[in-house]
Amino acid sequence: MKHRLWFTGKKLIRMALLLLGVSIVTFLLMSASPLDPLQTNVGQAALGSMSPEQIAKLEAYWGVDTPPLSRYIGWLLDALRGNLGVSLLYRQPVLAVIGERLAGSVLVLLAAWVISGVLGLTLGILAGAFRGRWPDRVIRGYCLLISGTPAFWLAILLLLIFSVWLGWLPVGLSVPAGMEAAAVTFADRLRHAVLPALTLSITGVANIALHTREKMIGVMSSDYVLFARARGESERAIILRHGFRNVLLPAITLQFASVSEIIGGSVLVEQVFSYPGLGQAAVTAGLGSDLPLLLGITVVTAAIVFIGNLIADLLYGAADPRIRKGAVRR
Amino acid sequence: MNEEWNIGTREAEPGNRRRRMGLFLVCAGLVLLAVMVSGILLDGAAAETDFSRKNLAPGAGHLFGTDWMGRDMLARTLAGLSLSIRIGVLTAAVSAAVALVLGTVSAVGGRKADAVISWCIDLVMGIPHILLVMLISLAFGKGVAGVTAGVALSHWASLARVIRGEILQLRQAPYILTAQKLGVSRMRIAVRHMFPHVFPQFLTGLILLFPHAILHESGVTFLGFGLPPEQPAIGVILSESMQYLTTGKWWLALFPGLSLVLVVVLFAMAGERVRKLTDPASFHE
Repeated sequence: MKHRLWFTGKKLIRMALLLLGVSIVTFLLMSASPLDPLQTNVGQAALGSMSPEQIAKLEAYWGVDTPPLSRYIGWLLDALRGNLGVSLLYRQPVLAVIGERLAGSVLVLLAAWVISGVLGLTLGILAGAFRGRWPDRVIRGYCLLISGTPAFWLAILLLLIFSVWLGWLPVGLSVPAGMEAAAVTFADRLRHAVLPALTLSITGVANIALHTREKMIGVMSSDYVLFARARGESERAIILRHGFRNVLLPAITLQFASVSEIIGGSVLVEQVFSYPGLGQAAVTAGLGSDLPLLLGITVVTAAIVFIGNLIADLLYGAADPRIRKGAVRR
Repeated sequence: MNEEWNIGTREAEPGNRRRRMGLFLVCAGLVLLAVMVSGILLDGAAAETDFSRKNLAPGAGHLFGTDWMGRDMLARTLAGLSLSIRIGVLTAAVSAAVALVLGTVSAVGGRKADAVISWCIDLVMGIPHILLVMLISLAFGKGVAGVTAGVALSHWASLARVIRGEILQLRQAPYILTAQKLGVSRMRIAVRHMFPHVFPQFLTGLILLFPHAILHESGVTFLGFGLPPEQPAIGVILSESMQYLTTGKWWLALFPGLSLVLVVVLFAMAGERVRKLTDPASFHE
């Protein structure tokens, strides 16, 4: 137990350092940008007609007049106290914007994460168990095709088929347009979340399935499976008892590593469906040079990704006694 | 692209399967080359507007149809693909080179260098790719330079990790230890003994980086952080098509996207075959 705590503590410190790195890199990249936030948000024409005092006020608002170093240190000191600043475009605290947007995305993200994980694992095991036969070929072909398909194009395609052509599902947004917030039912939200979640699930499957297949092939050609066959165990029992259990470990890692991909994909997919989630906020913040918001979103998503990796590491020890013992011996 | 042909043809003698793979690689290379060249040649035609033929559905005259300004979608698609392939090749090459250098330094350069580089790898892998590409593209002021830098500087991490792992294992190999005992310098060991060993993986990694590069390029362009709207890029075409989808102009989105998928899959298949041809484990499959 002590070792586990020590292990977790070390990982947490590493995570904090990485988050610091993420914030520094993001800040450097944003302040290195030659794009002038005043030009993009206020416009040349409006700037031309303003008095110097007004322009100076705007420059102060967008933080153009403060040197980057003092701006970053100010941000960092605030961030350590749990205040990520105020979004320049939304004029709300960054944490409030992120919380609201994350609450909007969480349904889609979670659904896509679970579906792609379960489906990817199942398909991977099947493909590995039937290596070289038709299920394997079909699954491999699907994975190849999907891993070459841009998520946003797939989203457009699904939108064309299900919303424009068949008219089964709404075209965009997360709630019906022009409806009062109180009148929106959960079913409404669900209907709007189907297509984004479906897109992300379809694209997320490929990577997990292909890697699981590799592991499964390794397991199926191992000595213990050969021995199980010699004992006369059925193919079903071999797949479930020996294959599934041994593939589960790498699958956990893959599943948690896919968090980053799903969040990345949601940026594109939410844009297609005009779905007001975290990804869309990131695009808005990027296009509008809203430094505090984009910085906040990057740090929060990186934190989610790192926490995912940490959980995977901990589950690894919980699922496999050999790893626990290995840690103690060391 | 030349390397993959050589590998395909040089070793094409033994076995039918190897010859078929070689043939496939040559064909894939030729198709991609043809798309690239025709795109460059059609650059003028892609921008040509003709309002007498706007919004035509796909037909004999215009295989991919025309858009609301009467531009031929086939020409625009080819020009966009050509641009994507060129950016993809450039960025994949830069990314792979960065990965090779950092992976080697990390494995050979001692503990501190390894710690720093591993930390950088974790850092880059921690930010979702598309966000990182967006950020770097912003830092370079968007446009072609922004996209190229963004994709090139964000895709090296996973390959660098693979190469680092390979070289770490290799360091304990008897022939490397012998070379060290014989007093061969570190640099020479890396160049003469280690590079040839990791080269197959490097080559495969390089080719398999391409699909990622091209998908992220089009994605970031689609979001508005990449190539400017006047360029006939696939991301721009698809982003513009969004406005016309609900009015039933499906061809604006279908064919450009489908061609992009074809190009990417072609590259992925080529990478897979190069891996099989160069990997001793599946050499005789």
